[in-house]
Amino acid sequence: MTLADLAAARGPASAAVLADQGLSEGERTALLNGMRGRLGEMRDSIARGLSSDAKSRTGMVGWNAKGLWDAPDALSSPLLKRVQAYAMAVNEENARMGRIVAAPTAGSAGTVPGALIGVGDHLDLDDDALLLPLVLAAGIGEVISKTMFIAGSTGGCQAEIGSSAAMAAAAVTEMLGGDAEASVHAAAMALMNTIGLVCDPVGGYVEVPCVSRNAFFAVHAVSSAQLALAGLRSVIPPDEVVQAMASVGRMLPPELRETGEGGIADTPTGRRIALEMAR
Amino acid sequence: MSLLDVIGPVMVGPSSSHTAGACRLALLARHAFGYEPSRARFVLHGSFAKTARGHGTDLALVAGALGAAPDDARIPMAFAEAERAGLAVSFETADLGDVHPNSVRIEVHGPDAAGAERTLTLQGSSLGGGIVRVFELDGFRIEFSGAAPTLLVRHVDTPGVIARVTRVIADDEVNVAALYCARKRRGGEAMMAVECDRAITPVAAAYLLHLSAITWLRQVPAVMSASSDGSHIASATAEVVP
Repeated sequence: MTLADLAAARGPASAAVLADQGLSEGERTALLNGMRGRLGEMRDSIARGLSSDAKSRTGMVGWNAKGLWDAPDALSSPLLKRVQAYAMAVNEENARMGRIVAAPTAGSAGTVPGALIGVGDHLDLDDDALLLPLVLAAGIGEVISKTMFIAGSTGGCQAEIGSSAAMAAAAVTEMLGGDAEASVHAAAMALMNTIGLVCDPVGGYVEVPCVSRNAFFAVHAVSSAQLALAGLRSVIPPDEVVQAMASVGRMLPPELRETGEGGIADTPTGRRIALEMAR
Repeated sequence: MSLLDVIGPVMVGPSSSHTAGACRLALLARHAFGYEPSRARFVLHGSFAKTARGHGTDLALVAGALGAAPDDARIPMAFAEAERAGLAVSFETADLGDVHPNSVRIEVHGPDAAGAERTLTLQGSSLGGGIVRVFELDGFRIEFSGAAPTLLVRHVDTPGVIARVTRVIADDEVNVAALYCARKRRGGEAMMAVECDRAITPVAAAYLLHLSAITWLRQVPAVMSASSDGSHIASATAEVVP
């Protein structure tokens, strides 16, 4: 299935994703139960992350989610705060070697729950309303993975956080009533605006910039959903956007693909932290 | 790739490729070995070599060699667990050639039931999101992913061996998803990896092993769906050791 096929489906895109799987009734039930379990695991990691300020293994992160959650709402924007805090809660759990759901990777694990559960809780939606959108998120990730490896070491961060933001954007759009075309174009716009992002973790640890990046891209996904729900569409067809991202990934030098040797990892302070951690 | 592999796995952080994937590769090596390893050597390549410590790749590899699934809460304590289990571990970095940046060579050693020292070498890559691919086993260029139960057979390269193996699998009413064969030389040692929709019965496996052309056999469970509650691994490991 291509993104064009998915966008052309009638009704919600998740129905087309499920139909494309060719599942028996039992397999379909097992998949939905599995997704319900994933949703529960995501919620658990958010709850643990929001209440913990235990430092990560390096000490670079660990208090960001709780710090934001406990802080006054400076922008009078509870949705923004909730989405950012949820996303960082998951990734700080990840940085502490806690239990999380990769979505699609561990380094980008906060984006989908941050956006989907964040918006859901903001609007006081029941978890049942989140289930099929989560299936759609998985479907979008599956289509992207047919064109490129979803890994920072092959495609840079765009492959990880870009995929997660695209998945989250489609899911939020469907959850808020968007049809298949709107959901797929939300994914494409999120992806298009992530192209070129490099993977440059300080010291090679999934902490800086990874934790705050999940907060930024969870919001990015929600922005994309807002545009798509208002009728905005990607001028470049969604499948071509994925091709473009894969092509940019191939152009990235190894230093910018999860080796910890380029970008902010390769700053004087980044190098000093890496050396301190190696000791 | 199933939808639950995209939204998943449920895992201990911090990296699906460098932690969960590494754990799965070592778990595959343990199952292919078939004995309790007393020593494990990990040779890291590319991004694995550069960022192993930061991603807990070292801990995840050791945990996998001990039999842990990617969601096992003991992964952060894997070195202490190894010491308790009597598993000696060592790490090196090397260029494994033109392979995926997240690749590793895993050598496991240990005594079999009779006390004789055994060794197995597995090379594989972690492709992202926890998806893995083995590309070499004991020097044979075969492939399998751990997404399905996999039958590994070492045999003498003679006409009809592959047909006999697939016949036995068919008689067990098991469907073959993929089959890879490789040999060292014509008429010499050979290996096949048969990815199946489910594991063959222990009786069928024992029958295959008694054939003169077959020298070694393992049934490796689908580690992609393994979780720390242990139920999956316990039921899928049909241990057939000569």
